Amino acid sequence: MTDWINVILQGVLVGGLYAMFAAGLSLIFGVMRLVNIAHGDLIVLAAYLALVATQTLGIGPLVSLLIVVPLMAAIGYALQRFILNRTLGEDLLPPLLVTFGLSVIIQNGLLALFTADDRKLDAGALEVATVRLVEGVYVGLLPLLQFAVAVAVIAALQFVFYRTALGRAFRATADSPQVAQLMGLDNRHVFALAMALSLAVVAIAGVFLAIRADFDPSIGPARLIFGFEAVIIGGLGSLWGTFAGGLVLGVAQAIGAHINPGWQILAGHIAFLVILAIRPEGLFTKGRA
Amino acid sequence: MSVRVTFASRSSRIGLALCAIGFVALAAAPAWGGRDDLQLLAQIYSYVALASLWNLLAGYAGLVSVGQQAYVGLGAYLLFAFGIFGGVPLLAAIPLAGLIAAAVAVPIAALVFRLRGHYFAIGTWIVAEVFRLTASQVSVLGGGSGTSLPASLIIAIAPSRQLRDFIEYWVALALVVAVLLLIVLLLRSRYGLALKAIRDSELAATCNGVDVIRTKILVYIVTAGATAMIGAFIFLQRLRISPDAAFSVNDWTAFVIFITVIGGIGRIEGPIVGTIVFFALRQTLADLGTVYLLMLGAVAIAIMLAAPKGIWGVVVARLGWQIFPLERRVIAESSPSHSTAVKA
Repeated sequence: MTDWINVILQGVLVGGLYAMFAAGLSLIFGVMRLVNIAHGDLIVLAAYLALVATQTLGIGPLVSLLIVVPLMAAIGYALQRFILNRTLGEDLLPPLLVTFGLSVIIQNGLLALFTADDRKLDAGALEVATVRLVEGVYVGLLPLLQFAVAVAVIAALQFVFYRTALGRAFRATADSPQVAQLMGLDNRHVFALAMALSLAVVAIAGVFLAIRADFDPSIGPARLIFGFEAVIIGGLGSLWGTFAGGLVLGVAQAIGAHINPGWQILAGHIAFLVILAIRPEGLFTKGRA
Repeated sequence: MSVRVTFASRSSRIGLALCAIGFVALAAAPAWGGRDDLQLLAQIYSYVALASLWNLLAGYAGLVSVGQQAYVGLGAYLLFAFGIFGGVPLLAAIPLAGLIAAAVAVPIAALVFRLRGHYFAIGTWIVAEVFRLTASQVSVLGGGSGTSLPASLIIAIAPSRQLRDFIEYWVALALVVAVLLLIVLLLRSRYGLALKAIRDSELAATCNGVDVIRTKILVYIVTAGATAMIGAFIFLQRLRISPDAAFSVNDWTAFVIFITVIGGIGRIEGPIVGTIVFFALRQTLADLGTVYLLMLGAVAIAIMLAAPKGIWGVVVARLGWQIFPLERRVIAESSPSHSTAVKA
């Protein structure tokens, strides 16, 4: 029994990380109907930036967030302003192909710079610290911290989206870009800010990913897929739904891995496909996707 | 006054004549080319076929899939399974693999068509990942590390290695010609008119009585079957299969997308032009390894931003050429000497 409680608990805690992968994706889709195929590779890029920061400055991975988050946000702003804005329009193909090309460029760029070797960020004593919940059920301090950060990130995004002038601009451009522009908003700037915010979240997710497990330049697409699955499982258009979707995915993977180590990822995909088949609008929304 | 519809134009007549001459020259390649030439040509044919099929899907039906590697790998695995367990002759297993993959595509379509636009793209990718992970669990076909075709099956194609090379080469040529012919005939049929209407405006197509979803599903299934046949052939030539190679997103989707975008999406000539550019670059820059892929991605992005219709799109805009007789012209003839043409 405690065995299964442990499995599900681990799944929930990893699910927090998946929710962070998903939140950035969900945000930019909500604002500009753009699905960023390079999202996963940007997560990996953030992990490498943190690696360089920790190695050259001798700081811890959590401190490196102070550098990596603004840096990724700046990259996001520039990316949207100078490249992706030019692809937005009626046709779905240009943004898809450009972000797909970007994904290949980031992957191979990282491969050329850092080789295919496994890397990992070292968080020191924090990695092995555990907390005992009840007899037989222990959780690591790091996964717990990661989960708390995920909750904070979603809550912060929710706040920005519904309680600030920036959020109002996001929602206005999402509803009608033309009218928003007539009201004096610069859509190109608003979209660029949305991408900056998305990549700030990506940076946090990337650093936690890099502390938690080995990474190499090729693992990006799988992170994109996890994030995407969490978005669809939770249902489009709801940040807390996306968060819950991440947890469902994390638990499905943990259960799969517990039955057979080879089934971890497969179990997540199958959970996603089953939900797509029986409830395509997602588990946690009222309307249709 | 009479009205008739024609597809051919002067450039398409010249184009088809050149195609016929090219086909004869290529069919005779075993007489003038070495073993390496034949293998390179067969690879080029496979990519022309894969890119043409993806172009049909994305360029005409608006179904942007990044998961066609699912069918390349499925076709390849079916060929190996039929050969190893069923003792089916390998050449006969190619169409069989295509049929079964088309049947598999029916329930898959029912699932992924629930997702729209960009989400459809990632949905197809997940399906391909499910196929890859499932294949690595099939231990009788070598699981994650894969397996090889038994020598007895290969010898059964033809006793001598040279004759086998020739036969495989002709099969590749026959497959690419069949795929191009299939696409030309499809586009000239009423489904083709429906597809062009969908490409230009889904809403207008619906208003004119086109069953958009049905047409798209039909294209998805046909493409899946044909893609699986090409996949089966590619791995027949490679003799060895593994889940990572058979379901590779780089080899069977990234390259194919770049080829189509560079050559010109939404035009049947595009993938052919793109494949020639792709192989020309590969032959000269392959030593660069990862940098080559990086450049390819950058070129594709540049083309998408600067000339979204690709190289062939520029040719059409400047010169109005078409190699294949696909453009409908309605010709109203009041008298034989005064005819006016309207392009459609």
